[in-house]
Amino acid sequence: MTPLLSVKDVRKTYGGRIGCTDVSFDLYPGEVMGIVGESGSGKSTLLNCMAGHLPPDGGQVLFDTRTRGMVDTLTMSEPERRMLSRTDWAFVHQHARDGLRMGVSAGGNVGERLMAVGARHYGQIREQAVDWLGRVEIDEDRMDDPPSAFSGGMQQRLQIARNLVTGPRLVFMDEPTGGLDVSVQARLLDLLRGLVREMGLSAIIVTHDLAVVRLLADRLMVMKSGHVVETGLTDQVLDDPQHAYTQLLVSSVLQV
Amino acid sequence: MIKIDNVSKSFTLHNQGAAVIPVMDGATFEVGAGECVALTGNSGAGKSTLMRMIYGNYLSASGHIWTGDTDVANAEPREIIALRRATLGYVSQFLRVVPRVPTLEVVAEPLLSVGVAKDVAFARARDLLSRLNIPETLWGLSPTTFSGGEQQRVNIARGFAHDYPAMLLDEPTASLDATNRETVLSLIEEAKTRGAAIIGIFHDAPARDRVADREINVSAFTPAKVA
Repeated sequence: MTPLLSVKDVRKTYGGRIGCTDVSFDLYPGEVMGIVGESGSGKSTLLNCMAGHLPPDGGQVLFDTRTRGMVDTLTMSEPERRMLSRTDWAFVHQHARDGLRMGVSAGGNVGERLMAVGARHYGQIREQAVDWLGRVEIDEDRMDDPPSAFSGGMQQRLQIARNLVTGPRLVFMDEPTGGLDVSVQARLLDLLRGLVREMGLSAIIVTHDLAVVRLLADRLMVMKSGHVVETGLTDQVLDDPQHAYTQLLVSSVLQV
Repeated sequence: MIKIDNVSKSFTLHNQGAAVIPVMDGATFEVGAGECVALTGNSGAGKSTLMRMIYGNYLSASGHIWTGDTDVANAEPREIIALRRATLGYVSQFLRVVPRVPTLEVVAEPLLSVGVAKDVAFARARDLLSRLNIPETLWGLSPTTFSGGEQQRVNIARGFAHDYPAMLLDEPTASLDATNRETVLSLIEEAKTRGAAIIGIFHDAPARDRVADREINVSAFTPAKVA
């Protein structure tokens, strides 16, 4: 089986400081990988380098494209990369307002992404938007309201609908449940898990919440000071951590 | 079906002055199809540790743990995931589920993930839940709010939903009343009849005597005390 995404020696420095370095891994179709670590460990830098939001200083990010097979997305032409990020890739931001257009209606936010890949039939776009709003549990009668009139949890669900409407194969998520209260978090986790299973998505989830990765991720990567210190099956890393930092991280979680 | 070959394990506690605690050495045994082997030994002898190593939950320091064609001790995460999905079931003592998911779906999930049709999976889930005396009024609720015994039974129903060729059972009859204990024992017997290889930990001696074909004392694999 060929990997969907193959990351090789990705490195990013901020002046003399290391953002992340020596990061290599393969992600296979249908796999969900979690990246955990404390603030400043380089997990968001890595995610942004992979998703093409930040230019890394070295390394390769190979993606199994539909037409050309494995291609290094870092050396890809700008239009091609932009097309990729509208079709096969999706990026869910921690703050929904970074991923949404706040002045456009909820339905418009979902429809816009469809139009970006060529959909032009208003009725069909609206129909698909209604369908996706339903899947993320937003009532149809809120479809013409702007996201600024939504609660934080609803905005996050809308952002997910906007991202998944084009049927991406790879989703990058940056703290998707951060800043939401626990009941909304549970709802969102349930939703994400269902979508991942039904659509066969691959996903990379950056978070500092170990309970979230335990429920969502198959595999885990632990980062500290820009380096990957441990990788493995999620429950194995959490239940039998090998590295000193992972042991500290796991033993620091509050028990409810 | 399950073949454990010269497996060892130690824990390194980095936050306690890097203390290394050897817990297992030279564990070797086999379990054939249709056979049930009970792990015995005192508390702390390493029964659960060994079971978790077979499931890939704990990392083995050396040796091989074959379940079918997969060597869990040396496999990639995705190979272990595939093994757990189709071949190796595990009934732990604790139910761990996504909040908000109804009990019926929790039980049917292992079947859905191997591609069984929805109606078949839910029919099987309903059958197991009624056999284990979970009242039908609770099926639509998330098991997170259930009593300890009910959670344990939901966990068992989930563990037995798919006909895994190999199963690990960690105290499946703990905290169950006589009727439910009887149901669980017959589920184990049915699994043996269809050819499942089973490794179990049973503190309940009469239950162990009834379903287990052999016993393996884990203390035999405890390393000699150093210092």
